[in-house]
Amino acid sequence: MPNDLWLSIGAILPIIVLAVWACLLLLVDLFIPAQRKGWTASLAAVGLLITLAVILSRLGQSQSGFGGMVMVDNFANFLSVLLLASGLAAIALSHDYLQRTGIERGEYYVLLLFSISGMMLMGMASDLIMVFLALELLSIPLYVLAGIAVPRLNSEEAAIKYFLLGAFASGFLVYGTALVYGASGSTSIAKIVQVIQVNQHNLTLLLAGAGLILVGLGFKVAVAPFHMWTPDVYQGAPSSVTAFMAVGAKAAGFAALLRIFVLAFPVVSLDMTPVLWSVAALTMILGNFVAIAQKNIKRLLAYSSIAHAGYILMALTPYGQSNVSADSVASALFYLVAYALTNFAAWAVVIALEQADERGLELSDYAGLGRKQPALAAAMTVAMLSFTGVPPTLGFVGKFFLFRTVIEGGFIGLALIGVLTSLVSAYYYLRVVVIMYMQEGEPVVRRDGWLYATAFVSSIGVVALSIFAGPLIALASRAILNLF
Amino acid sequence: MNSLLNNLLHPLTLVTFFPLVGVLIILFLKQEQKNAARWVALITSLITFGLSLVVLAYFNPSYPDLQEVINLPWIPIAQWEIRYYLGVDGLSILLLLLTTLLTPISILSTWTAVEDRVKDFMLFFLLLEVGMVGVFLAQDLFLFYIFWEFTLVPMYFLIGIWGGPRRMYAAVKFFLYTMAGSILMLLAILWLGIYQGSFQVPDLIAKGGIPANLQIWLFLAFAAAFAIKVPMWPLHSWLPDAHVEAPTAGSVILAGVLLKMGTYGFVRFNLPLFPQAAVQLAPWMAVLAVIGILYGAAVSYAQKDVKKLVAYSSVSHLGFVMLGIFALNSQGVQGGILQMVNHGLSTGALFLIVGMIYERRHTRDMDAFGGLWKVMPIYGALTLIVALSSMGLPGLNGFVGEFTILLGSWGAGQPGGPLGSHWYAGLAAIGVILAAVYILLMFQKMFLGPVTKDENRNLKDLNWREIITLLPLLILIFWIGLYPKPFFMLMAPAVDKLVAALQTAVVAGVP
Repeated sequence: MPNDLWLSIGAILPIIVLAVWACLLLLVDLFIPAQRKGWTASLAAVGLLITLAVILSRLGQSQSGFGGMVMVDNFANFLSVLLLASGLAAIALSHDYLQRTGIERGEYYVLLLFSISGMMLMGMASDLIMVFLALELLSIPLYVLAGIAVPRLNSEEAAIKYFLLGAFASGFLVYGTALVYGASGSTSIAKIVQVIQVNQHNLTLLLAGAGLILVGLGFKVAVAPFHMWTPDVYQGAPSSVTAFMAVGAKAAGFAALLRIFVLAFPVVSLDMTPVLWSVAALTMILGNFVAIAQKNIKRLLAYSSIAHAGYILMALTPYGQSNVSADSVASALFYLVAYALTNFAAWAVVIALEQADERGLELSDYAGLGRKQPALAAAMTVAMLSFTGVPPTLGFVGKFFLFRTVIEGGFIGLALIGVLTSLVSAYYYLRVVVIMYMQEGEPVVRRDGWLYATAFVSSIGVVALSIFAGPLIALASRAILNLF
Repeated sequence: MNSLLNNLLHPLTLVTFFPLVGVLIILFLKQEQKNAARWVALITSLITFGLSLVVLAYFNPSYPDLQEVINLPWIPIAQWEIRYYLGVDGLSILLLLLTTLLTPISILSTWTAVEDRVKDFMLFFLLLEVGMVGVFLAQDLFLFYIFWEFTLVPMYFLIGIWGGPRRMYAAVKFFLYTMAGSILMLLAILWLGIYQGSFQVPDLIAKGGIPANLQIWLFLAFAAAFAIKVPMWPLHSWLPDAHVEAPTAGSVILAGVLLKMGTYGFVRFNLPLFPQAAVQLAPWMAVLAVIGILYGAAVSYAQKDVKKLVAYSSVSHLGFVMLGIFALNSQGVQGGILQMVNHGLSTGALFLIVGMIYERRHTRDMDAFGGLWKVMPIYGALTLIVALSSMGLPGLNGFVGEFTILLGSWGAGQPGGPLGSHWYAGLAAIGVILAAVYILLMFQKMFLGPVTKDENRNLKDLNWREIITLLPLLILIFWIGLYPKPFFMLMAPAVDKLVAALQTAVVAGVP
């Protein structure tokens, strides 16, 4: 019915706006001369801002569309705003960086916009097929973006690795979807819940499907043991792409995990919880311990990214307990915001120090930054402290929220692993601070207004939002998942 | 708007956050404007000291509960209820004053000692003051944790940038070791918030009702953080490195205030929140305390580096404080708190003194000195007073604290008392003798006898600035030693209330 169709289009209007804008930008970019690709960047940013305006103007009631395949609730809106803001930060980091590393292409920004639209769709997807669609929509541009620094060999390697392993993981996701379909007769989350409520589902198939879906999405968010691609891809991809990937792919992956597990799979939680427990523990331990050995800042941040996925997964572990599941969702969302801000602060500094030919990425290149560039060093220090979870940073409040959820769920052992691995992480994050402040050196820094702005806004946000944390926590708590 | 102003101008808010005004001003100074940075920092910290005197003026000594409270909703979401909750009572007023007194003194001592990156040094020092004051005033566990962890960051930088040759190792060790304890405390805080329903300490105390075996785990989790900070044997190995490598001002504030955060934590949190566990574990804590006293003293005796000697003496002195606290009676706890202040004064002064000779001779090896009293008579005299105070000579402050602690722990040692044996007090008393041994030996090696080394012959005596840094400490050393009554009066009602609550909790039995 036409009315239904209009309503559905209205529901995914932000995504349509962004995707159409990206297509148009691709055309317009043909007419922008090679020296003026900054215009493409600006137009991309304008597109993101317009999409943001569309979302903000339609906040309020939740809408579902396409027969329940998408659900635009507070959860989806929270995530969309986070992703759009991350996109803006990514563009701010990209423009000058692409120019000086010689990989400036208009398609970069177009691909970025497509990927963001896929990530937003992932947040809204309330049907397993839609999750798959969104996963592909967000991943394929990322595969290309990872390899865009051709002919640099490790960029090409990163792209191939990401693509192959990503395709493999998507296969797991589809297989899991098929099993869930077999178990319940539908791929729509709402219908699956209904079937489960009247006990007409096949528990074994459902459990197997849930496990496979966890594998597929676990790859995307880089939890162990599905993390092997992360260091190589993060290191090989251009730094601005990595900065975006670290936040965006993780947010989208966790969005799908949260929606699917919290809504549809509480019934298998007795069996899934030990699995989640083990995966979270393994991720935190592995991510943090291997990061100690890293000398390259990009690989260090990659392993830290793995570890942070472990912390978020830790909060997801008690998802099956009805009094805790709301907190699981809220704390995961809050931590994603904290992680995003911290991440962009850190990567802004990384990009500022990176020189052509991948020089400037070793830890030793940061020596003396405290003395020569005190403001940048301060931003990096705030980021390192926030990653560790030392007050007064948003990372600390986020970890506080995560640990609270885990303890509420009764998993004291997992919380203990979480805090001990946080302590281990202090060692390698502090090492960066030590090198910056307590060693002498002559760091070469690229002075770019947007880089500095991103670094400062992010790091000030990390501190300020931790002091005035109330509104953000309230927002995260209200970002509940709607079923219908 | 009116209430915002009222809240901003609340004495406790002001005394906690006023150093940030100094931080803001210094941020806009250039690195070359060293003197400007020094003066701004000094004046800011002196004003903060003045503000703490205002807090004292409004303080009613006969009132046992929290006073001058500011209690505002901060993160007021259901089930969270984290509040901006500051308050002062007999347990914390003296430590607040100690903090705000030692900060300007430490800043004054850096006038010629720190020449490199003065602006950054002052920034970190003022930030550290915010954290320290906040720790002593916070009554909400989340807020307390934030201030507690936050003090690690500036201290880490102070040691790591302006410290001695092994500063990086010492700074990282300090940070990681202290953080290890703190995160265990974080888990306990979260548990309390979730299962007892509140993060506010007075509410938690009033609610009570934690089963005894759970209390022990929570007690140990909090104790992990505090015992590392004190530091109690065997968790003390970060202290010698941190103290020796830190710059003078850093050592003064580390020994004078930061260590007290640990002992204060026991009094403010472990004893009131987990009374049954406190009573059950008191003998064990006392054993560790006595070992700390004797071990610290013995190792001090073996040191060649005078700064390391003073560092280990801190382990010994704070062992006394811990013994006093876990005597769990009024004398013991009051003696413990007073000794916290005394240790801050005398050991702070000792570090200042070590710093003064280091500035002149750039060595801390005691064998490099000898006969200094002849060359620097004022220095010798002042050192003697401080050394005797550290040793516990009657008439000076150390004696009052140690004697009260020994009285308390002897009383607790009665059969049926919390400690159950007089051995604790007995062995601790031997610690007093050992303290005399290492302190007098240090004094003799450095100051007495003929001038054996030529480098020492032309050393300049103390200048006016150095005398002024020591003067307030000396005045207090004599005041507390000769007339400690006002200090005891400030503490007594709050301590009596705490001890009474401990007795009732024990009598009431396990819930």
